[in-house]
Amino acid sequence: MKEQGTVKAAEFWRWQEYHRVMPKKWTSKDLITAGVDVGSVGSKAAIMVNGEAYSWGITRTGSNSPESAAKALSYALEGTELKASDLKYIVGTGYGRVNVPMANKAITEIACHAKGANYIWGPRVRTVLDVGGQDIKAIRIDETGRVVSFLMNDKCAAGTGRGMEVFADLLQIPIEDIGEISLKVEKEPEPVSCTCVAFAKTEAMGLLRKGWTKEKVLAAYTRAMAVRMANLINRVGLEKELVVTGGQSKNIGIVSRIEVILGVKCLPMPNWRDEGNLDPMVAGAFGAALFAKALYEKAQKA
Amino acid sequence: MKVLITHYGYIDGSGEYYIVIDSDRCSGCGKCIQKCPEKALILETEFIDLEDKIVVAVAEEYRKKIKYTCAACKPERGSTPCVLACEAKAVKCIWNPR
Repeated sequence: MKEQGTVKAAEFWRWQEYHRVMPKKWTSKDLITAGVDVGSVGSKAAIMVNGEAYSWGITRTGSNSPESAAKALSYALEGTELKASDLKYIVGTGYGRVNVPMANKAITEIACHAKGANYIWGPRVRTVLDVGGQDIKAIRIDETGRVVSFLMNDKCAAGTGRGMEVFADLLQIPIEDIGEISLKVEKEPEPVSCTCVAFAKTEAMGLLRKGWTKEKVLAAYTRAMAVRMANLINRVGLEKELVVTGGQSKNIGIVSRIEVILGVKCLPMPNWRDEGNLDPMVAGAFGAALFAKALYEKAQKA
Repeated sequence: MKVLITHYGYIDGSGEYYIVIDSDRCSGCGKCIQKCPEKALILETEFIDLEDKIVVAVAEEYRKKIKYTCAACKPERGSTPCVLACEAKAVKCIWNPR
């Protein structure tokens, strides 16, 4: 993993941008496709060789979707010796999917996340919870990764990755440590009554003033987020196996609390920090790259 | 199992509110769109099994406020015009105010 700059002390919300190249070779005979997932907070691009993950890049989404898409894609290409012209088909997805200029086609992130989760964890996956920067999606899928039923809560940012960023800043805890720290409580506190990001500051300050530790405040907030997510999963109907994708899949505080509330274990999170393991935050881009392959092959046959 | 059910709406502190579309049953005929007094329904392209299919959807700007938009049809009293309009039974309404 290549380190991109250093984290400034004041930017606790800032998560690590990185890119990865898998140790495998490709030739000009291989079918190389890409998926670009422009999310509200993170932009992810994945490159696949014959439908196998080859490289990916994750960057922060800027104010301009086309630029963010281009940045993520060139980040995924970095260190691969591939050129943009080697990509036979590109699928754009995510919140900003209509603004991915290099894409041959735009597909909803629901379909892509379903396909990507099926790719990362295999055909056992039936329920996917995608916790993005700005919305939460609960998706039921079949053994092929096809969407059966889904619902999305994009009404507000409560309980999303962006909400966590605000909390990280507020409590001055690096975003990547939030999950662990939220679990450092002897007894799980009651969830906060309001997960509203706009009121988060007031609510957290009130609790801190009452003498709550940062850990306890985080636990209460994370718990409330997990309750919201569990509600969504129950509405769409929980069927095992359950997995979490998106940026918050990396938040152990969220994932473990969902497991407790629902009474099920999620399939193990791939150890994405290590070479050779897939990152569930990139699930949508993997799915998009797989659709790109299928669509290219379909076009060739026609 | 070959269905694709999309829930448009949300759960919030006041209850749960969804318009539910079964994309396999929906033929994209648009009868429900004509019946919607709020003009909240539109046709949208869904990507299903590598094909694009035109199906009905709740327009983006209404998804976050369907509690208010759809209240005019009084869903708590039973089926709404969009649900009744659909011969294929592709439109459902989940309405559970707390």
